[in-house]
Amino acid sequence: MIKYKISHTTTYDYDAPVAVCQNVVYLTPRSTPYQNCTYHRLTVRPIPGSPHRRTDYFGNTASLFSLSTGHRRLQITAHSTVEMIEPTLPVDGTSTPWETVRDALPQNRTEEGLADYQFCFPSPRVPMVAELAEYGRQSFTPGRPIVQALRDLNHRINTDFTYDPTATNVNTPVTDAFKQKRGVCQDLAHIMLACLRPLGLAGRYVSGYLRTHQTEGQPRLVGADASHAWASLYCGAQGWVDADPTNDVLPSVEHITVAWGRDFGDVCPVAGMFVGGGSHRLSVSVDVVPS
Amino acid sequence: MTSVPAKPASPLANHIFDNYSSLAGVYDEMFDSAGAIRASWKPFAESVEGLGREEISRRWQQAQEEVRENGITYNAYEDVNGNTRPWELDAFPLVIAPQEWAQLTIGLRQRAELLDRILRDLFGPQTLLQQGLLPADWLFSHPGFHREFHRQGVRDNRFLHLYAVDLARAPDGRWWVAGDRTDAPLGVGYALENRVVMSRMLPKVMRDCKVERLASFFISLRKTLGELAPHRENPRIVILTHGPTGPNYFEDAYLARYLGYTLVEGGDLAVRDDRVFMKTLAGLLPVDVIFRRLSDEYCDPLELGGDPTFGVPGLLQAARLGNVTIANSLGSSIVESPSLIPFLPRIAREWMGEELRLPSAATWWCGQKPAQIDVRSRLGKIAVRAAFRVARREAPPPESLWSKSPDELSQLIDQRPRDLIGQENVARSCAPVWNEGACESQRVALRVFLIAADDSYHVMPGGLVCMAGTSAPLDLSVLAGEVSKDAWVVSDAPVQPVTLLSSGKQAVALRRSGAELPSRVADNLFWLGRHVERAQNACRLLRPVANRLTSESGGETLPDLSMLVHSLAQHGLIEPGFAVEPMRDLLPTISQVLPASMLDATQPDSLRSMFRAAHKNATLVRDRLSLDSWRVLHRVEREFELTAAKPQLEFGLAELLDLLNDLIGALATFDGLIGESMTRTPAWRFLELGRRLERSLHTIGLVQSLFAMSGESDTRALEAALEVADSMMTYRSRYLASVNLAPVLDLLLTDETNPRSLVFQLEAISEHVEHLPRDESQPLRGPDQRIALSMLHSARMLDLEALQEYRATAKPSALERALGRLSTQLPKLSNLIGHRYLIHADVPQQMSESRRST
Repeated sequence: MIKYKISHTTTYDYDAPVAVCQNVVYLTPRSTPYQNCTYHRLTVRPIPGSPHRRTDYFGNTASLFSLSTGHRRLQITAHSTVEMIEPTLPVDGTSTPWETVRDALPQNRTEEGLADYQFCFPSPRVPMVAELAEYGRQSFTPGRPIVQALRDLNHRINTDFTYDPTATNVNTPVTDAFKQKRGVCQDLAHIMLACLRPLGLAGRYVSGYLRTHQTEGQPRLVGADASHAWASLYCGAQGWVDADPTNDVLPSVEHITVAWGRDFGDVCPVAGMFVGGGSHRLSVSVDVVPS
Repeated sequence: MTSVPAKPASPLANHIFDNYSSLAGVYDEMFDSAGAIRASWKPFAESVEGLGREEISRRWQQAQEEVRENGITYNAYEDVNGNTRPWELDAFPLVIAPQEWAQLTIGLRQRAELLDRILRDLFGPQTLLQQGLLPADWLFSHPGFHREFHRQGVRDNRFLHLYAVDLARAPDGRWWVAGDRTDAPLGVGYALENRVVMSRMLPKVMRDCKVERLASFFISLRKTLGELAPHRENPRIVILTHGPTGPNYFEDAYLARYLGYTLVEGGDLAVRDDRVFMKTLAGLLPVDVIFRRLSDEYCDPLELGGDPTFGVPGLLQAARLGNVTIANSLGSSIVESPSLIPFLPRIAREWMGEELRLPSAATWWCGQKPAQIDVRSRLGKIAVRAAFRVARREAPPPESLWSKSPDELSQLIDQRPRDLIGQENVARSCAPVWNEGACESQRVALRVFLIAADDSYHVMPGGLVCMAGTSAPLDLSVLAGEVSKDAWVVSDAPVQPVTLLSSGKQAVALRRSGAELPSRVADNLFWLGRHVERAQNACRLLRPVANRLTSESGGETLPDLSMLVHSLAQHGLIEPGFAVEPMRDLLPTISQVLPASMLDATQPDSLRSMFRAAHKNATLVRDRLSLDSWRVLHRVEREFELTAAKPQLEFGLAELLDLLNDLIGALATFDGLIGESMTRTPAWRFLELGRRLERSLHTIGLVQSLFAMSGESDTRALEAALEVADSMMTYRSRYLASVNLAPVLDLLLTDETNPRSLVFQLEAISEHVEHLPRDESQPLRGPDQRIALSMLHSARMLDLEALQEYRATAKPSALERALGRLSTQLPKLSNLIGHRYLIHADVPQQMSESRRST
């Protein structure tokens, strides 16, 4: 078992005072079969009125709060402690053929079955696009074991796309990122989902953190760890299997899950609206410390 | 289209319906297949024939006039080109027999209850999906299914409050459902307005036919909304509109006035500490119930995204906590998608153990393989359209599919099956439409309305009928029809009169409030006052000019014309160059240019533009104005439209003079109505403040022109100034003698008994400012109060002795300086009031979203 202490700070600095602001944030790590969140605290400065926590449709924890005292800086810090165990990664060759998984998905009408099945459908940021479907189909050849196909797609995206934070922004459509063959983890996760869903498979977007390793001889940089995103595919008997196309790995104990949804829009870490303020600057710092 | 003559010789049908022939192959609402008048229509036919063709024609003209006078439009003030569509109301109603209506009512209620229950399930346990009564694919493909709406915990477990159904009658005489409207159905206000116009047009016919009243429906509506309040004592209920750019702003404003609720836009509401408030002059006032006319999609930009100008950030969370009730509940729109239709019969059987009493037009959702095959085999015979409706829009839009060939449609189904349905067209019934003295047969689409009441629904006994000359596809919204009709549900028994006001068994607490004025509305009223007054001043300046230019008198009028033209230039009514050049050379040019330029809507300071601005402001606050006051401005707007449509050559000085006389008369009527029939609430004060401010500026400008242009105290210029200030009569009766500067200036500036003098305006301003809502705990006067008092004081202190001096020294510099100061203080006051009361908070903006950094 490995234990992490995570702190994630988001700071907004405004040119003029903000009179009112309202926020919805997804910063509470989920508990999963391989992950247990033992401590979580959300600190907001200035101190907000009417804080609420709700469980959303996907089972994530959303925090809602609002500020109606004038402020020029808003700072949101999430402190979490998460314990993780090594997931049993499926052996590629022995997994179910992907068509079997596809055909079984619509049959299961239990609450759990429907919760999986909903990820087979296009979503606002992951529309059905023929080119992307075609790109995905090359990995999902007839009869291929599903995890093997996933690994292949993960590898191809990693190879064909260049990591480039300047190529896209938070609202770049998946089709643009696909054409440019560039983007960041969010874009690559969306691309992967846009490949999986047209096949009739269930793919979800995962928001979380990635533990980074310090370079030999250098001191560990506080705040340099990243908030991260990857995709997850429903693989039938094997359950949901995560895939991180940005790093070409199937995540293990270094990927900490915070929330999942159909795409980024469902689980945006910090979203909000404000009145006043003029222009504003955003800075984010994430610190993942193993203990 | 072939027609069959529907007319046998009947003792009745020898006049109006003589040459009427039904459309072939469809059900005729009025005549049976043998050509005889149906029983339920007989009292109507007899009564109408009794009036005769000419009388009907006359009354119909009158009704049309009323529709135009009331400015009933389908698309309210949308742009400067005035692309509004006047409401066309037919002279004849659609008559519906009592037994038939009773049958329909049962089916409509059943459908409403079913849809409400489906909503409850889909936003709750979703047993429909688990039991396979509704494919999960349908819900998960629905772009309007926002997960945020799930488990929001609505009051009394009711999602659907106001529900509308579009009906079409097939050749076999049965009514079929062509569409459901569950988001925020349009048309209920138009149905009411149609009824009001019809009951004035054919009062006796309506009595003869024993037509059911609509008022009971609106009583139910008010009762239902009242009971939705979390705290039932004196709940505050508002109507949330999309605003003047929405398709149904007229209707929203009309309903607000009729039901007595405040009309608000998203920006008028704010959520603080999870409660919803209305931003008013008196501060934030809590809101208990929101009657939503805005699509649910736009209601909360914080959680749903989208344009932040329409909705209210945080509204959804306030609703989740039960701090506000929204009708219809957020999310109710998802069941108005036509792709749900194929699944309704089975759900009704399984859940209610009964068949659907009202059949729906046969519909297939291409998201299911077998249905897709059915659609493909019927391409060309059935309509293909979008499966889902979100925010009153369908994607792909219906027009884009009409012209497509079966092959193209088939390809589209391959690409996006879940987004499409196939639907059978019902050959809609026909009915007579009055068209310039003749009867023609057109297609009928009927929209009926239901309001939640107790455990079920109350059906409006009537509805909105739209007629179309062609057999347009069924998916056309009812509101897309060409002509509209009132629907008369007739009764066998005498009809009980009901009115909305006399519902009262319970005592009503007397109220004289008025501070509940949304800041936005106060702002619009203030500017309405300014624009109306500005237009009036322009008319009063232009009239003497036009008068003098048309008279045959020659050069002797030059001094007063110079003064007037200078003043015109100051107001931007004429090019500034005219005010400096020698007047004599310019007269012909002015005579030529002035009339046409006053009609030019592209010049911001033309008469046309001023009235348009006033009309626009009036449109924005029409729920606050009496119908009569509104009509005055609306009539002027129409007169301008008619005048502008004439060839330019026909509009010269004489015509301008006529127009000015009309306009001055109309504005006097408006003033009178405001003065005599508007309660002295803050709404009235803001309107008045705007007017008094504008008139003060105008009077100061007039006196300044007088000084600037008539070096010597020219009698004619003084007379012209009196004329402009409408003070000639007073002067004559008071002084009898010739016109002198000092008494003229006294009358224009310092005479507090003259309602056009500067001091009179400043006294009024000071009084209004004194009465604006403010924090009573503040002991000191506010800056707006101080500046108003200071202006009043300095105007009262204007030195009349100096005026006498002026005759000797020719430079009343002290007076000019004082006027100059006042003319800078007035805009300052306007700004202070604006900042204190009127500028409602900025539009909320979205924060940048923190982005994945790897």
